[in-house]
Amino acid sequence: MQSATNTNTAAPNKSPNIIEMRGVSTRFGSHVVHADLDLEVRQGEIFAIVGGSGSGKSTLLREMIMLHRPDSGTIKVLDTDVLALSPGEAHILRQRWGVMFQHGGLFGTLNVRDNVGLPLREHTDLDDTLINELAAWKITLSGLEPEAGLQYPTELSGGMLKRASMARALALDPELLFLDEPTAGLDPGGAGGIDTLVRSLHELYQSTIVIITHDLDFLWQVTDRVAVLGEGKVVGVGSMSELAQMDHPIIREYFDGPRGRAAQEQAQTQAGVQQHDKEQPWTQK
Amino acid sequence: MSSQITPANISQSAPGHFVVSGSWTARTVADMNQKLAAIVDSDTPEVLVDGSHLQAIDSVGVWTLQRQFKKMRDAGRSIRLLDWPPQFQKLLDVVEKQLDIPVPAPPHHSLLETIGRKGEAAWQGMFALLSFIGECALALLRIAPQPKRWRWRLVLKNIQIAGFDALPIIGLTAFLLGIVVAYQGADQLRHYGANIFVVDLVGFAMLREFSPLITAIIIAGRSGSAYAAQIGTMVVTEEIDGMRTIGIEPIDFLVLPKIIALLVALPLLTVFADVTGVFGGMFMARSQLDINFHEFLVRFGSVIHLSALLVGVGKAFVFAAIIAIVGCYQGFRTKGNADSVGRQTTRSVVQSIFIVIILDSGFSVIFSILDL
Repeated sequence: MQSATNTNTAAPNKSPNIIEMRGVSTRFGSHVVHADLDLEVRQGEIFAIVGGSGSGKSTLLREMIMLHRPDSGTIKVLDTDVLALSPGEAHILRQRWGVMFQHGGLFGTLNVRDNVGLPLREHTDLDDTLINELAAWKITLSGLEPEAGLQYPTELSGGMLKRASMARALALDPELLFLDEPTAGLDPGGAGGIDTLVRSLHELYQSTIVIITHDLDFLWQVTDRVAVLGEGKVVGVGSMSELAQMDHPIIREYFDGPRGRAAQEQAQTQAGVQQHDKEQPWTQK
Repeated sequence: MSSQITPANISQSAPGHFVVSGSWTARTVADMNQKLAAIVDSDTPEVLVDGSHLQAIDSVGVWTLQRQFKKMRDAGRSIRLLDWPPQFQKLLDVVEKQLDIPVPAPPHHSLLETIGRKGEAAWQGMFALLSFIGECALALLRIAPQPKRWRWRLVLKNIQIAGFDALPIIGLTAFLLGIVVAYQGADQLRHYGANIFVVDLVGFAMLREFSPLITAIIIAGRSGSAYAAQIGTMVVTEEIDGMRTIGIEPIDFLVLPKIIALLVALPLLTVFADVTGVFGGMFMARSQLDINFHEFLVRFGSVIHLSALLVGVGKAFVFAAIIAIVGCYQGFRTKGNADSVGRQTTRSVVQSIFIVIILDSGFSVIFSILDL
């Protein structure tokens, strides 16, 4: 849902926090995943969470979308305390965000179009023709051919699956979009396509996007701010260029490897060109 | 977020001048189509749409509006948007450009074509089953001279699961079936004072027909389905492909041990069902027809020939092969997802029970011709 409070003119740093996590602690048995973690995501930004394997990125995402309950702390998403919701309120809140899962999470018994149309069928009174049109549109918006709508998830390649999952996440025009590893397992061309897609969707819907990723190119090209997780806490938050100046060893690991440098150099050479040359998938059709 | 959501509305303030107000979102826009139709039906050549009272609009709202505007433009009328909040402009533009996205329809088949396709698929399926039987036979021939490759451990484990573990359910079912047969016969036989013939009835019915059939049906539901589900899940998780790439033939590893195990287990289970079934009949004969166990067994020994037992056990061999092969075959036919595993499992049970009953009636005809 797009409200009048989402405006093009609002600068990201003046807008209120859309996600606020305070003092979140999570343990699996004796293994401490988060120890007193604080995190803020601001309205309208593209925010990435990075960190090594086992640093609790996915758990953090699952806590934001109410799939996992932390042991202590408070989590506010869209001005709602998600840890103190009745089932009815949770149901309403869930319709305000969209989630793209790492492996798609599409329903195998439905074709792509019905997968995308499912949230609309479940939660609105719209008629079938309109839902099919809208689903076909969202499928094209996600960069798939219209014919892909009739295919089943098992017939899709990895990149197509991610795009189809993205289309479903967009079905209800979410104010908040969560993407779990949107480029993992894709070839460089496919990953580049996802970069462009995320940017153009952000521009179109002005929704807040929270991304979990390992992809350094993606971080440089797309994100506004990045949080680095380590030792159960957020060890650094800022834009990629700010993070590149920080000294924390975990952050340095990210930037000092050969891949980190290559991605940084590429991002800097492209920076000038990009402002004028933004590719917009919907205008090509 | 605006806390108060006012419903979507569109009203005409002057001829050809419309005001769009409220919140046009997926949840509120559903009944706007009728009101929009009023604009389409109005006949001013130029239409002004005032968006200054709009609270919120999402892509569903924009799509609904643009769809009607397009109809009017196509009819040669012009549309002007007045005072629309700037943040909605981009969505309006994008949707306007993309209204023509084709909505591909799933291919429609006529009744005749559907019947044809189903028939073709069934025909092909029959050949696929035949070819699967052939593959199994070839694999069996290949490993027959090499007892080392028989995977005895797997065979024994399968015998335990499909045979030994099924003893209680088979025993109970056959016992109850024996009781039912004797009870139904008792009433009729008493009329003629032919009580003792209950032995012939129970003996022949259980040994020749009911024991092999009920055992096969239970095992098809119990083990045939398990085979299909196991292999089907392995297909979905690419375990079968993994097996092939490290040089293990799935047929050798998954199918043959099951066939061999069932060929051992089902005839034995049938004999067990014969015993409990006849015992059930004996029990009923004593309580309803005053035939004690001794009389029953003496009569049983003199009228029931070995051939009755062998006919039943012989059928069990064939049923065992059918159940194991159909179960495994349907498992291998699984394509892709969890739903398919369920479908193939169902199909394996229905198909094997169906084939078992068809063959059973075929056997009856053949045996009566052969006078067995």
